[in-house]
Amino acid sequence: MEAGAATAGGARPPAVELRGISKSFGPVQANREVDLAVAAGSIHGIVGENGAGKSTLMNILYGFYQPDAGRILVDGRERRIRSPLDAIRAGIGMVHQHFMLVEPFTVLENLLLGAEGGFTLEAGIARARREIEAIERDYGLEVDLDAVVKDLPVGVQQRVEILKALFRGAHILVLDEPTGVLTPQEADHLFRILRNLRDQGRTVILITHKLREIMAVTDRVSVMRGGRMVAHRRTADTSTEELAELMVGRKVLLRVEKGPARPGDPVLEVTDLEVRDDFGVPRVRDVSFTVRAGEIVGIAGVAGNGQSELLEALAGIRPVARGRVLLGGRPLGDAAEARTRRLGHVPEDRLRMGLVRSFAAWENAILGYQRQSAYTRGGFLRRRRVIASCGDWMERYDVRPRDPFLHAADFSGGNQQKLVLARELEHDPDLLLVGQPTRGVDIGAIEFIHRQLVAMRDAGKAILLVSVELEEVMSLADRILVMFDGRIMGEMAGAEGEERRLGLLMAGVAAEER
Amino acid sequence: MSDLFLQILLLSDSTLRLATPLVLAALAGLFSERSGVVNIALEGKMLGGAFAAAAAAQMTGSALAGLFAAIGFAVFLALVHGFASITNRGDQVVSGMALNIMVAGLGPTLADAWFGQAGRIPVEAEGARFRPITLPFAEEIREVPVIGPIYAELVSGHNILVYLAFLAVPLVAWVLYRSRFGLRLRAVGESPEAVDTAGISVAGMRYRALVVAGVLTGIAGAYLAIAQNASFLRDMTAGKGYLALAALIFGKWRPVPALLACLLFAFADAVQARLQGVEVPLVGTIPTEAIQAIPYLLTILLLAGFVGRAVAPKAIGQPYVKER
Amino acid sequence: MAARRRLPFWAEYLLLPLLNLSLAFLVSGLVVLLLGENPIEAVRLLVYGAFGFGEAVGYTLFYATNFIFTGLAVAVAFHAGLFNIGGEGQAALGGLGVALAALWFGHLHPLLAIPIAMLGAALFGGIWGFIPGWLQARRGSHTVITTIMLNFVAASIMTYLLVNVIIKPGQSAPETVTFAENVWLPQLHQLLQPLGFAIGRSPLNLAFPIALLCALLVWIYVWKLRLGYELRVVGRSEAAALYAGISPAAHIMLVMTISGALAGLMALNEVLGAQHRLVLGFTGGYGFVGIAVALMGRNHPIGVVLAALLFGALYQGGAELAFDMPRINRDMIVVIQGLVILFAGALEHMFRPTLEALFVRTRPVPV
Repeated sequence: MEAGAATAGGARPPAVELRGISKSFGPVQANREVDLAVAAGSIHGIVGENGAGKSTLMNILYGFYQPDAGRILVDGRERRIRSPLDAIRAGIGMVHQHFMLVEPFTVLENLLLGAEGGFTLEAGIARARREIEAIERDYGLEVDLDAVVKDLPVGVQQRVEILKALFRGAHILVLDEPTGVLTPQEADHLFRILRNLRDQGRTVILITHKLREIMAVTDRVSVMRGGRMVAHRRTADTSTEELAELMVGRKVLLRVEKGPARPGDPVLEVTDLEVRDDFGVPRVRDVSFTVRAGEIVGIAGVAGNGQSELLEALAGIRPVARGRVLLGGRPLGDAAEARTRRLGHVPEDRLRMGLVRSFAAWENAILGYQRQSAYTRGGFLRRRRVIASCGDWMERYDVRPRDPFLHAADFSGGNQQKLVLARELEHDPDLLLVGQPTRGVDIGAIEFIHRQLVAMRDAGKAILLVSVELEEVMSLADRILVMFDGRIMGEMAGAEGEERRLGLLMAGVAAEER
Repeated sequence: MSDLFLQILLLSDSTLRLATPLVLAALAGLFSERSGVVNIALEGKMLGGAFAAAAAAQMTGSALAGLFAAIGFAVFLALVHGFASITNRGDQVVSGMALNIMVAGLGPTLADAWFGQAGRIPVEAEGARFRPITLPFAEEIREVPVIGPIYAELVSGHNILVYLAFLAVPLVAWVLYRSRFGLRLRAVGESPEAVDTAGISVAGMRYRALVVAGVLTGIAGAYLAIAQNASFLRDMTAGKGYLALAALIFGKWRPVPALLACLLFAFADAVQARLQGVEVPLVGTIPTEAIQAIPYLLTILLLAGFVGRAVAPKAIGQPYVKER
Repeated sequence: MAARRRLPFWAEYLLLPLLNLSLAFLVSGLVVLLLGENPIEAVRLLVYGAFGFGEAVGYTLFYATNFIFTGLAVAVAFHAGLFNIGGEGQAALGGLGVALAALWFGHLHPLLAIPIAMLGAALFGGIWGFIPGWLQARRGSHTVITTIMLNFVAASIMTYLLVNVIIKPGQSAPETVTFAENVWLPQLHQLLQPLGFAIGRSPLNLAFPIALLCALLVWIYVWKLRLGYELRVVGRSEAAALYAGISPAAHIMLVMTISGALAGLMALNEVLGAQHRLVLGFTGGYGFVGIAVALMGRNHPIGVVLAALLFGALYQGGAELAFDMPRINRDMIVVIQGLVILFAGALEHMFRPTLEALFVRTRPVPV
């Protein structure tokens, strides 16, 4: 198959060419006969849903995994890439979604790691300082070499990652979901750097599931679905709608069908709330808002701006440092008490918090509710009864496979989330806290989960939704609050939500300042 | 020369002798723990080294052969530790414990079968032990006040392994902070992913760290059997491996503070030995058991954050698994 | 995406441990060869020594009793994700508790004296378990290190007390006077004789059924009670515990106390059932062997009992073996223990990938 052959420059072979790459993990086939050609000196986007196989493919290119079949060509020459070292030698650099930095090290030490240039560090340090200064000048990547990495903001840490790759002589740079932790403005800065790199002849491969970024910065784009490469396009010749359709495989309903909200009495009242993280740093400051019965309040924001801490504090997991939280007019207690007062919580990270991976579905079905007399009598768990309820819920929420004895870890992401949702909804909460409800969930399950949340709202329950997916917040929430650096920057009605304004608020630009 | 001065001198001298195996084992622990492998097996590797040293020295009559046998056996144990905890991603503590118990049995078993002396190997041959070395001019300047006795009694007159142990400390510090190996070692215990993506093998680094630790514990074992003593005895390490681990934690996984912790613990031991049954003015007899327990109590207090705070390397104890 | 396949139950809980155990014994056999003895003959002598005659079975069960207690101690803490290496110290303190109770209350009626002594064992062992539990829960100090350190502290305390305070007057060996007979745990051959069962003389005593009862109670605690459910949540995911309104700190302190108490109860068997006085070092490494027992038994009470029987047989059979084979001494058993921990614990996953591949291949799963 002719996979988007190189055009610009004509004579130069593709910087990267993959032919017939296949990879499976046990019974799961992550990549099937994938072909890809990336023109030298271009920015090439790879889009696909979560689990489409993008990261696996790039990890193969970087030597993290060995493909079961297929060939890799770099600059027209066949290469066997068995380890990251081979990839680095072939001139490939990678910026991972989770930064691969040694946090207590300085920037310089991080740059040197693996590229020390000799047994002692002295010579390497001198060389590094010289070379890095040149690279910084060329690409507008400014970083203090002697700063300790863990003290740097995320955007700067990402620049360290790019520097690291360039310092190792990478002329092909792979970035895996680089904007997940950035504000739209920081992302724009990143894109400027990437264009710079391209203009100086380097090749950039950008993996993302955000179509806006593809349209904004790439020259060409390839679409993955279900482990296969399904299309290659010039960015100029395609559209967001076409790409979305290719990604999902059918027309998508981006809007959720819902009528107007009919808000009732306040259920959750938050006044001047301050919450600190595990190190005592305030992550939520002076936050006040109210959630009423019969409405969905959405909290938008870039990940890491205090949403997680807010959610945990409201669920009674994290202590309230200052301020007041009222649930149904009375002060909130700890997590155990909150449950008895009809607070449901679908946590952001279901595998860390919402489920115990090695527990059977039935054991997970009462997590948090284990003290209720329906499940415990005289200190003994009422096992048979719990299994029966669990089977019931699995049927009603279409959790597959319908096996209460299967371990949580053995369900797919969507089915895990449905299990959590079933548990929290079936205990009929007055207030439901929902964090990232559709992260890592397939499209079919997303629609199901969204319908359930709207149905709950229509039944007169209060819902607080935290999501980093703007689209999700905009389509579900009746009111949107935007969080930045622990504060609420502004509020708008869900329907009038306008992405540009949301973006500015997410970047910390207050409504009045514009 | 005043009596007190002599007492202090003798006390310091025995502190050095007692500290030597601790220093070697603590440095061994430093390599392994900085790489992310909990080394509870210092005890067993040291004991294994002591056994091999005594057996080889007694058979060949050469102390050097004993030393190499000790290093060889301790490195073998380190490789088994690595095979279990790195290659097979088994629990590091469990595998360490297994080695400790296995060696505790193996030494006396083989000693019995080979030497027939109820779990003991005597080292009798003349060249089979490391002898004290008199440093140049020790005798000549002995009469010089203060400096003379310090040089002659305290600095001079130890066996080669004592000097080796104390010279190893600055060397290890240099390697840790100034060399490529040290940079990678510190990185792999904090963030193995970062090391992996930098094109460096995590398993390779950890194996190397364990082998270095094996060499050092081997020397420590040889010291016990063929330098400080003249035999291998059942359970002759008597918890020194754990004490070294405590010193390492007390030194917050850094070479020089770990050395100081070893000296402190050894000093407590030396004092304890001298105070046995001695009436101390105003206090009466101090139970030596109380002094013996001090290092362990101090370490617990440190770990509990009552005296300072010890933060372990972040990735310690976790086998490295590439993310799916 | 399809659900991942796991190994079938029998392969996970029978085949895999058996493979690991065989390997441990294989290497042990090599060591025996190295000693210049015949491994097959050694196995024969060992098995006969452990089960061949009445007294042997009695001794096997007597040793197994120690291992059930210390194995349960390790296993129960494991369910909270904690590694209790402090069984040795906790057992020693348990012995102190027994001894103090026996010295002070030993003259009372057995029905009063024995329960008080049991309480003493559980209480002292429990306190020595609670301390690392508290340190872990409230100060974040890792139990692996603190329990090791506390073993040494316990050893110091025991030495001091037995040498200076509760030593039998006018003797040099560090041990107490013999307790009043009221507080001795009846030995089973005495109990069974009136019923017409003549089993050989051995120190096997009432502590054995008490150990089995403890195994049952641990099973109920971990698998049947709400407390056990919460305990297992804490052990598998602290975040999930907090989410579910479960206090990890409270469960950690509770389970470490229980763990220490179980280890402390080991003293019943040794001190109250066999020696009838407190002897320095009576714990004899049983606390450490508990780690092997728990690992072999996969931290399940039934598994712990079975593994304890295996180790009991090794102990007793090994003693007979050492008697019959001059080139093998009792330390050989310690070697085998170490190898079992190595292969059944640290290397437990060695065969897993091969087995899993085998099972996946034979039963293909659609994506």
